[in-house]
Amino acid sequence: MSTDLLEQVSGHFNYWMAVILMMVGLYVVLSRHNLIKKLVGLNIFQTSVFILYVSMGKIHGGIAPIYVEGVTEQPVFSNPVPHVLMLTAIVVGIATTALGLSLVVLIKKTFNTIEEDEIQASLDKKRRKP
Amino acid sequence: MKNQAIYREVAKLMMPFILMFAMYVQFHGDFGPGGGFQAGVILAVVYILYALVFGLGNARHVTPMTILRFMLAFGVLLYAGVGMVTMFMGGQFLDYNVLSHDPAHGQHLGVFLVELGVGISVAAAMITIFFVFSGQEH
Amino acid sequence: MTAHLPVLQVVLPLMAAPLCVVIRQLTLVRLFSLVVTGTAFLISATLLYQVNTAGPISYAIGNWPAPYGIEYRIDLLNAVLLFIISLIGFLVLIYSKNSIAREITQNRLYLFHSLYLLCMTGLLGMVITGDVFNLFVFLEITALSSYALIAMGGGRLGNPQALYAAFRYLILGTLGGTFYIIGVGLMYMMTGALNMADLARLLPSVFDTTTIQAALGFLVVGITLKMALFPLHMWQAAAYARAPSTVSSFLAATATKVAVYVQLRMIFTVFGQIPLFRDTPLDEILIVLALSSMIIGSLSAVYQKDMRRMLAFSSLAQIGYIVLGIGLNNATALSASIVHLFNHALMKSALFMALGAVFMSTHSVKRGAMRGLGRNMPITMAAFVVAGLSLIGVPLTSGFISKWLLVQGALESGMWPVALMILVSSLLSIIYIWKVVEAAYFKKPKRALPKARDPGPTMWVPMWILAAASIWFGVDAGTTVGIANKVAETLLGGVPQ
Repeated sequence: MSTDLLEQVSGHFNYWMAVILMMVGLYVVLSRHNLIKKLVGLNIFQTSVFILYVSMGKIHGGIAPIYVEGVTEQPVFSNPVPHVLMLTAIVVGIATTALGLSLVVLIKKTFNTIEEDEIQASLDKKRRKP
Repeated sequence: MKNQAIYREVAKLMMPFILMFAMYVQFHGDFGPGGGFQAGVILAVVYILYALVFGLGNARHVTPMTILRFMLAFGVLLYAGVGMVTMFMGGQFLDYNVLSHDPAHGQHLGVFLVELGVGISVAAAMITIFFVFSGQEH
Repeated sequence: MTAHLPVLQVVLPLMAAPLCVVIRQLTLVRLFSLVVTGTAFLISATLLYQVNTAGPISYAIGNWPAPYGIEYRIDLLNAVLLFIISLIGFLVLIYSKNSIAREITQNRLYLFHSLYLLCMTGLLGMVITGDVFNLFVFLEITALSSYALIAMGGGRLGNPQALYAAFRYLILGTLGGTFYIIGVGLMYMMTGALNMADLARLLPSVFDTTTIQAALGFLVVGITLKMALFPLHMWQAAAYARAPSTVSSFLAATATKVAVYVQLRMIFTVFGQIPLFRDTPLDEILIVLALSSMIIGSLSAVYQKDMRRMLAFSSLAQIGYIVLGIGLNNATALSASIVHLFNHALMKSALFMALGAVFMSTHSVKRGAMRGLGRNMPITMAAFVVAGLSLIGVPLTSGFISKWLLVQGALESGMWPVALMILVSSLLSIIYIWKVVEAAYFKKPKRALPKARDPGPTMWVPMWILAAASIWFGVDAGTTVGIANKVAETLLGGVPQ
């Protein structure tokens, strides 16, 4: 039983790491009230997905898939498709972070705070006034 | 940091090499690892380094916002434009084979142009993001 | 050139978006984007005609054949969605001129057009593509441009809530998108496929693994967040209420509908070979969530004083009807869903357009501010009433057709309490629409209305086209129901399209 468990942990090490990062990220997004921290959490969450994808493309002993002319026996290649997919996802992540940060900058300018509860309070005050 | 002689000299020394490396990653991308995304980011690093060492004002002077905005649009248009050209030459959208008599050459040319478009757009986008955020007054 | 129409549908607005940034001159940008959206509309109409007469179209990008390259595949379902998106996109853009001039900072107006076209590109791309990862890319294009569009509401009128609403939408939307991509990754892990038809072929043999079941869970949760179904609807009300009127009329009509489309695609095409509703509790989950959305959405709508928030909550209820049709799992209910997808897009867009016109002349969308508007703005308020009646489901409006079919579908499944809930939710919608009608027609304004007048024809013509369409498709429902029946049959047939 215990060796079984050990195998579970070591054999799927990459997935465990992805899951842990995923949970950490999600927790930070949901629990923090600071907008920047929320964005950081979101980034960790997305990074876990990159790890999930990239590690699933790895083959033991596989090398970068570059075709070499003249070699009769081509070696084992790792799957390049997940890498390509993640390249796109990373770009999406950068765009999201940049947009999120610029929104935070604007929020800071208008509300003079980046704490969610303070923003909410100032919105409530505004709603009650008129 | 304008008055730190060592920073300035080292930055000056490094910038051509970073630029060269960006070009290598861009144009060697068809044969080895590399491509427009990575090259664009490395190219943007040169500008960011320049802005950090020589001041934001100078960096903005080198690449005005209007040029960046144009580059941003131009990259996307180059990419999609290649697709349109292949379509007018009788292939499917982004079917590089029709670009040249030899399909292999066509693929080569197509990937080259498309990656160039990606590189230009990504570089412009990264520099724009840096400029916009660093331009905030405190 | 007709062979290239599927790709032109997406590439035209995609290329037009950066061109708007290059042109910058406002009149030219506006003219140019009108031409592009108009062309996109014509293309989608042609595609709908072609698909309806000659069957599905497949287009291989870069001439790489289907399982290896990205394939654009159009069957009747996505042809209908393409038609809705480009129709609404075109009409809303005509409508936008005066509205955005009032609500968005002058020097950002050219950016508005660019983002609008980009958002439309994303929606069209999500619908047209036959590749699950390509769908994610378009999903994020849509999402990013719509966050920016919503944030633009913070510009001219000093509406800082728009920024906060956009930020919250960004956080939740990105979570939804990432959930989707995790699901795709898990499916790729087991099958090595990203093409929808290919996945449909490969999934049944591995469906009993936890990996695929987890993938299904991630996909459903991610997409549910995107379509703002209860309990994941929190972002919607604030986003639609704070965005510029033009943006809410476009997004409310299209964005959530496209998410519903993705849900349909996943359930009936990608997992089409697997009897999901028999082997998993997915149908019960969908029905429960849909019923809660209907009741909670309608109830919340009754208590809203801000009319745009009211419409956003009513959207929650309407999405509930659509999802209910999916969960009931019979042909009648499913075709009710598809009809409602179409009808609701028309009427919700018309309602938001009317509120945009009200906002322009009274600078408020509170119910109190709408007192006596029936006399001052007869054209606008009449359009609001017509679309509102359709929202309730009064006979001879398009809303009646879809609800009638849905009730039939519920009875076919032997679920009469569900049919009762549909009626309750409809009664609630009478209350919230009536409150507006009462304020506009039967109450005297508190003080003399400041010259509130109907907007110019660029605004009321698109509004009335949509309002009239919701009458037209209520009287002559043959076309819509016919197409929806065909779609429902193919979807339930489980044959990968």
